[in-house]
Amino acid sequence: MGMKKNRWQRRHLVEAFMQLLMRLSLVVVAGSLGLILWTIIVRGLPALTWDMITQSPKGGFYMGKGGGVLNAILGSLYLAGGGTLLALIFSLPIALYLKTYLGDSKWGRYVRLSLDVLWGIPSIVYGAFGFTLMLAIGLRASLLAGIIVLALVELPIMTRAMDEVIRRMPADLEQAALALGSTRFEVALRVITRQMLPGIVTAVLLAFGRGIGDAASVLFTAGYTDRIPTSLMRPTASLPLAVFFQLGTPYPEVQQRGYASALLLTIIVLLVSFGSRWISGYLNKYTIK
Amino acid sequence: MNELNPSAITIESEGRDDRPSVASQRSRRDRSARRVFSVITLLPIFLIVVITLALVARSWPILSAYPLKDLILGNIWKPDDKLFGFWPFIMGTFWVTIVGVLLAVPPCILVAIYLTEYAHSLTRSTAKPILDLLAAIPPVVYGVWGLLAIVPFVDQVLAPFSERWLNNIPLFTVNQPTGFGILAGGIVLAVMIAPLIVSVLYEIFTTVPNDLRHASLAVGATRWQTIRSVVLPQVMPGIVAAVVLGASRALGETIAVLMVVGNVAKVPTSIFDAAYPLPALIANNYGDMMSIPLYDAALLCAALVLLVVILIFNILSTLVLQRMLERKWA
Repeated sequence: MGMKKNRWQRRHLVEAFMQLLMRLSLVVVAGSLGLILWTIIVRGLPALTWDMITQSPKGGFYMGKGGGVLNAILGSLYLAGGGTLLALIFSLPIALYLKTYLGDSKWGRYVRLSLDVLWGIPSIVYGAFGFTLMLAIGLRASLLAGIIVLALVELPIMTRAMDEVIRRMPADLEQAALALGSTRFEVALRVITRQMLPGIVTAVLLAFGRGIGDAASVLFTAGYTDRIPTSLMRPTASLPLAVFFQLGTPYPEVQQRGYASALLLTIIVLLVSFGSRWISGYLNKYTIK
Repeated sequence: MNELNPSAITIESEGRDDRPSVASQRSRRDRSARRVFSVITLLPIFLIVVITLALVARSWPILSAYPLKDLILGNIWKPDDKLFGFWPFIMGTFWVTIVGVLLAVPPCILVAIYLTEYAHSLTRSTAKPILDLLAAIPPVVYGVWGLLAIVPFVDQVLAPFSERWLNNIPLFTVNQPTGFGILAGGIVLAVMIAPLIVSVLYEIFTTVPNDLRHASLAVGATRWQTIRSVVLPQVMPGIVAAVVLGASRALGETIAVLMVVGNVAKVPTSIFDAAYPLPALIANNYGDMMSIPLYDAALLCAALVLLVVILIFNILSTLVLQRMLERKWA
């Protein structure tokens, strides 16, 4: 009897202990987000001046003289915008083809596997590949090269995210359209794309956020310049590399501005993330429930 | 039909002209869209093959000039003297990844269990955006955080602690007191891969049918007993796959690790040592790689090594995960 009671107590103690550990883990994981944001805001905010976002680097910028990172902000927007657009051209057809023609077939599985594998390839490898590609076709480090490589980085993210929402679309909508005599292409274009628009927008913005923060792939391919990009064939600055290079200097003022640039990048990424929630919530009103 | 008078035929064909042609136009468009889409859909598979082949081709000069054993196990990296030994970099990558994964996995498993088995739906719906935001933060921002918070933390708290209490244990010796090193890189990596591991584990845990949990709870097991003896055995392969997936993500992480790991090309002997992982090697030296013979081949060979390991890890874990997730829909 006594032993039974003892065991009974022990398993409940274990239960309580494990629950405590789990709550602690959750606090640690969530807390690390808080810590990151706190560190970036506290260290970045003091150096975040109006000049930072309205001016390009002036002479001696990397030694602490005046200027800002407008070149990098615009460069990043161009790079990620172009990359996202290019990735969208390919990923929407792939996601639609997976849904309307391949479904859960053997080929569907191969394509999904290959997308997951592509997603896992690190951006430094995409950068190295992009570099060999540039050598092969005689392209210099430029906005165009950066856009192409970012499109490669973003393609699997966007396609897989789209695929995840599109494959969950209720089958009856598709079947109703097919029963009315629509071709599959029309179903894909007029039914799936419209019904799944919120999910598609979320996928596009997710990929954009990933693209704008990526440093390792553009390091090789987009180059860096203090000028605002004016042509696809010219090199361009990017915000992640601006952070990286400013922290690499020995001057505290410049490092300060590096923290401010990191804060700017964080703000952009958070805006994209919240924006995608808001937009998809808004668009959800126009879908068939 | 041939006997019909010509004027009637023209009228009729005018009438019929529209309808069949619209239908055939639609089906023609459907067919050509299908053809175009199917070609585009092969793009991902094509890309994997092309990326691998391109890296093999570009690193061929060095692969053919040195035996593979000398490249991989070689200890000395002096491109000017034509010495290309990857071993310090391979070990650097290995240690940073291992430390990151070991730090990330236990809390991630606990969080995933908590979210599936215990959490209130409100907790669950707040945890998801937090994890999404963690995943959305760019690597370079993680690097800045590591530089500002983790490196000083290692330097001022963990290293003195280890020096005081763990100094006789081989892997915990403090040889260089800067804070930059494997431990700092591992901590940053752990936070970076946590959202991925948690979300994959969460998906996996939800595939376990509730009936199993109810049966166990009904005979008097506590919730933790149910998890340990009913849920966990069901999802074990999925947990392993999630960990491997996290490791493969950690292997290739470049900028964030590069900023805190110290970048010293020596085989590390302690988690407080500086290391020089492969991605950092590639990123730091891309600038001079065209100026020294074989250097570009060596760096692209480093990228190839990374790619091959990651491809293997990814394909294995994805196959396991796909199989486990299909169970849910079946």
